Amino acid sequence: MNPSAIWTAFTTIVVREIRRFTRIWPQTLLPPAVTMTLYFVIFGNLIGSRIGPMEGFDYMAFIVPGLIMMSVITSSYANVVSSFFGMKFQRSIEELLVSPVPNWVILAGYVAGGMARGLGVGLIVTLLSLGFTDLQMYSVSATILTVIMTSMLFSLGGFINAMLATKFDDISIVPTFVLTPLTYLGGVFYSIQMLPEFWQGVSMINPILYMVNAFRHGILGVSDVNVWVSLAMVAVFIVILSTVSLRMLSRGRGIRH
Amino acid sequence: MNDALRIRNLNKTYEGGFQALKGIDLTVQSGDFFALLGPNGAGKSTTLGIVCSLVNKTGGTVEVFGHSIDTDLARAKMNLGVVPQEMNFNQFEKVFDILVTQAGYYGIPTKKAAESAERYLRQLGLWDKRNSPARMLSGGMKRRLMIARALVHEPRLLILDEPTAGVDIELRRSMWTFLEEMNRRGTTIILTTHYLEEAEALCRHIAIIDEGRIVKNTSKRDLLRQLSMETFVLDVAEPLGEAPALADFDTRLNGEGQLEADVQRGHPLNALFRELSDAGIEVTSMRTKSNRLEELFLKLVEEGSGDQQEASA
Ligand SMILES: Nc1ncnc2c1ncn2[C@@H]1O[C@H](COP(=O)(O)OP(=O)(O)OP(=O)(O)O)[C@@H](O)[C@H]1O
Ligand SMILES: [Mg+2]
Repeated sequence: MNPSAIWTAFTTIVVREIRRFTRIWPQTLLPPAVTMTLYFVIFGNLIGSRIGPMEGFDYMAFIVPGLIMMSVITSSYANVVSSFFGMKFQRSIEELLVSPVPNWVILAGYVAGGMARGLGVGLIVTLLSLGFTDLQMYSVSATILTVIMTSMLFSLGGFINAMLATKFDDISIVPTFVLTPLTYLGGVFYSIQMLPEFWQGVSMINPILYMVNAFRHGILGVSDVNVWVSLAMVAVFIVILSTVSLRMLSRGRGIRH
Repeated sequence: MNDALRIRNLNKTYEGGFQALKGIDLTVQSGDFFALLGPNGAGKSTTLGIVCSLVNKTGGTVEVFGHSIDTDLARAKMNLGVVPQEMNFNQFEKVFDILVTQAGYYGIPTKKAAESAERYLRQLGLWDKRNSPARMLSGGMKRRLMIARALVHEPRLLILDEPTAGVDIELRRSMWTFLEEMNRRGTTIILTTHYLEEAEALCRHIAIIDEGRIVKNTSKRDLLRQLSMETFVLDVAEPLGEAPALADFDTRLNGEGQLEADVQRGHPLNALFRELSDAGIEVTSMRTKSNRLEELFLKLVEEGSGDQQEASA
């Protein structure tokens, strides 16, 4: 396919993905808005005022970046895993398999679709947070770079999960038993400096901690870890997961007999 | 490149070790209307699945208009349109979007894709349904939608895997007319079917596949002629040097020195004996030659009629 045909194919996939999650917005866009508003009200306003400042910021300002990141991670992952698995399940993936779209374009299209939802939800949550706190911007470029890379990484994760999944249970295992705990323990609600040294050490092997902190650094200018190390780490994971995804696609794992 | 499809020594062993294809050779000429006939589980869908990249082959080569699926896959795919045996829509997507999306996968820009989608939806009588989600279509409409989807990028080779299974007679006829018209305008068509009637009505060449092997590959005319023949094996009193030339029957000697004679079904056997007597040949015993092709056909006819009953039930 020539470059303009490839571009058409790519945008076709992305448009289809966006159409899908906007069509079912009560399942995709509304829940994070509701949940995060509850977090803002309960943790930020009601409880937060009793907690006092965290790393020099009031609690609400401290948790907002973490909550935005949490929504981005969950939504990016969920979009790709459910959309791609749904295609596998209904066999409409065959529409793509018979077509000349190269595998990397399929992957790029799905990842871009996941990012569209992840970043879209991130934006919604950010706008909602403005009703509760003044969001400052320590570094716009670092903030945007972090959120984009994180969204990309978790979209890739969702893709691999969907490729491996053979039944509906398989697409909820990772979000429930891996992503959620890692996010909650990833410094969304607290600074790991509050933890005993041992648990600080344990926390350091949680990759989500780095992303949450890099993002918080972009907004507030404070972080428990080195931001550039975090971003480099995310970049490395993106490369690894992309490679794995492409290999699975070219073998047709679970999609071609 | 006059061949729309060239398959050589195609092999497929599924995971778990089942060998579904055992060295398929098949050539379909450009412009042909070709039927692949075979009983359930013969390997029709597997063969077509490999051609369309839905199934990984274990061995052999496939070329679509001279483009190998190993070395030139994108171009092979550009020339191919596929109507699979099983429904494979996203059930929630709208009819029109399904077609425009499919065209987009082939790199066709939205405006052109929309024109093409409209043309085929109108031709297949689905234009009124363009805004319905796929799941709200009837079975026959879904079949037609799959055909429209396969055509939206204007492929030169259209492959249909049992396009008329479970479709009522009236719709089947209108699909036939549509396909004939496509073929007349130059699209090469390959279809699989259980309905002999369908292959007979539409196709110029017919291949029969059974248990992963092509057992017959010939023109429709030749096949029908062979099917309408019955072969008798005759023991004769005096050994013959060569088969006698009879006026109304083809004869030959088989390896054991017996005489074989082809008789058109319904043709009186008395005539055969009369001609043999006239040639001075005395027949001592006779049996019909078992005919694998015929057995296969009986199997097919039974399956086909079974389907029909199901469809009308
Ligand atoms: N995914 C699979 N895994 C294992 N075996 C399979 C798979 N798909 C098909 N087979 C086997 O391969 C053989 C050929 O199947 P295929 O679908 O090609 O038959 P077919 O000629 O299309 O039959 P039908 O007329 O029923 O559609 C069958 O024995 C089938 O059980
Ligand atoms: Mg089949």
